[in-house]
Amino acid sequence: MKMEFTFTRSVSARLTHTRLLSTAAFVFACIMPVSTAHAATTIAGTNIENVATATFETNGTPGTVDSNINIIVVDELLDVTVTNTVPGDITTAPGATSVVSTFRVTNGGNGNENFALTTNVARGGDQFDPTLQQIILDNGNGVYDPGVDTIYIPGTNNPLLTPSASIVVFVITATPTTAANGDRGEVSLIASAVTGTGAPGTTFANLGDNNSDAVVGNTRADGEDFAAHVVQAAAIRLTKSALVADPFGGTNAVPGSTITYTLLAEVTGSGSLNNVVINDIVPTGTEYTVQSITLQGAPLTDESDVDVANYNGTRISVNAGTVSAGTSRTVTFKVLIK
Amino acid sequence: MKNITSKLFLTGVFAMSAQIVMAATPLQLTSDVFVERQQKRSDGSVSTILEKPKLVVPGDNLVFVVKYKNIGSTPANNFSVTNPLPNAVAFNGTSDGSEIVSVDGGKSWGALSTLQVKGSDGKFRAARMTDVTHIKWNLKKSLSAGSEGRLMFRGVVK
Repeated sequence: MKMEFTFTRSVSARLTHTRLLSTAAFVFACIMPVSTAHAATTIAGTNIENVATATFETNGTPGTVDSNINIIVVDELLDVTVTNTVPGDITTAPGATSVVSTFRVTNGGNGNENFALTTNVARGGDQFDPTLQQIILDNGNGVYDPGVDTIYIPGTNNPLLTPSASIVVFVITATPTTAANGDRGEVSLIASAVTGTGAPGTTFANLGDNNSDAVVGNTRADGEDFAAHVVQAAAIRLTKSALVADPFGGTNAVPGSTITYTLLAEVTGSGSLNNVVINDIVPTGTEYTVQSITLQGAPLTDESDVDVANYNGTRISVNAGTVSAGTSRTVTFKVLIK
Repeated sequence: MKNITSKLFLTGVFAMSAQIVMAATPLQLTSDVFVERQQKRSDGSVSTILEKPKLVVPGDNLVFVVKYKNIGSTPANNFSVTNPLPNAVAFNGTSDGSEIVSVDGGKSWGALSTLQVKGSDGKFRAARMTDVTHIKWNLKKSLSAGSEGRLMFRGVVK
């Protein structure tokens, strides 16, 4: 059983911004502002063709002249981002399998690009290394559907993403049996452009879409983010509350009033607790109301018999058996104020 | 392969059209385009340089340069240069603001601040640089034999 917590944590971000320049054509006199405006991204391989036309008169005769045509091919920008879509730590237990970490891989470039996926389970700064079981490609609904979503096979089904498109990727891991309560283990997903990765500005001649050149963008064409798993052993919490009903229809605790006690046992963390027994002593000055024990609303008998409850003259006892983390058991019984 | 041929084609056409121009008209018009790059100096300051467009990706700043020269023996009057903006380029201004522009494919013209376009909500709004489809310079002077000049505009690869 898995519980989700709403911790936030910082995500490592790459802020490298360097452009490698080969040769400078000439230094321009005026300083021009840098614009970041671009509405729809131009697809790699698109031609930009520019031509100017002049009209004029010589000796009263009109003339027209076209300039040469300038053709620039828009090259392919290689950029990818990976983000962990589940904020906070994922609860796990020693020996747990099929622990799901969810990532989104987005093509930040302007070409149709395949991305190779790898994981890193041996990150530093944590207490255990998750064991990789599978990388799974989502079928589009954003939810891990075992047996329905596609198992990723490196080099065979590298996801192909159109510009700005993204895919959800699930990383399925196991938690080692040796992990102790409170231990943290991190797993990262790395997506790399198949055309190539490297420092921003690295180019791959003619390897872009439509035989354009490909150039690595600010993400180094290599995105990574991680998810953290935390071992949280099952723990139990017992809460007792009382409801008084007096003989006159009110709620005053007077002789003759009936008190209904509610014992709520909640199991938190991960895994389950076995042989959960809930006992409570009948308070002095009160008299136990016979056959009043219930578990999850179902009545139980006072005798030590086949059912899980009994009353021995001083206390009630209910054996709730195995309780999974994230669930609870409710026991009630009644007493009469003497 | 397409890439290589296109880039060779660029210089080929340049030489060819220059010859044709000389034969047919007294006016020579050449167009050139550069990519703007930010280059960090050793002292940490940044200088802007222009390169031949070997590698161009979305977001890059382009500088288009149109050069004109009267190579004939008589003056040219009513001289005007029009440059339609390539589809993949968003207009990003000129160096001196002496141009007029069109935001409707060359039908009407004016300074950008005087033009309006119909928004997606059906209402008219002030035109923006990204709406520009054509750029035009009306040079109100007479271009004497042998004189030349240069016009410039900037664009961003969409």
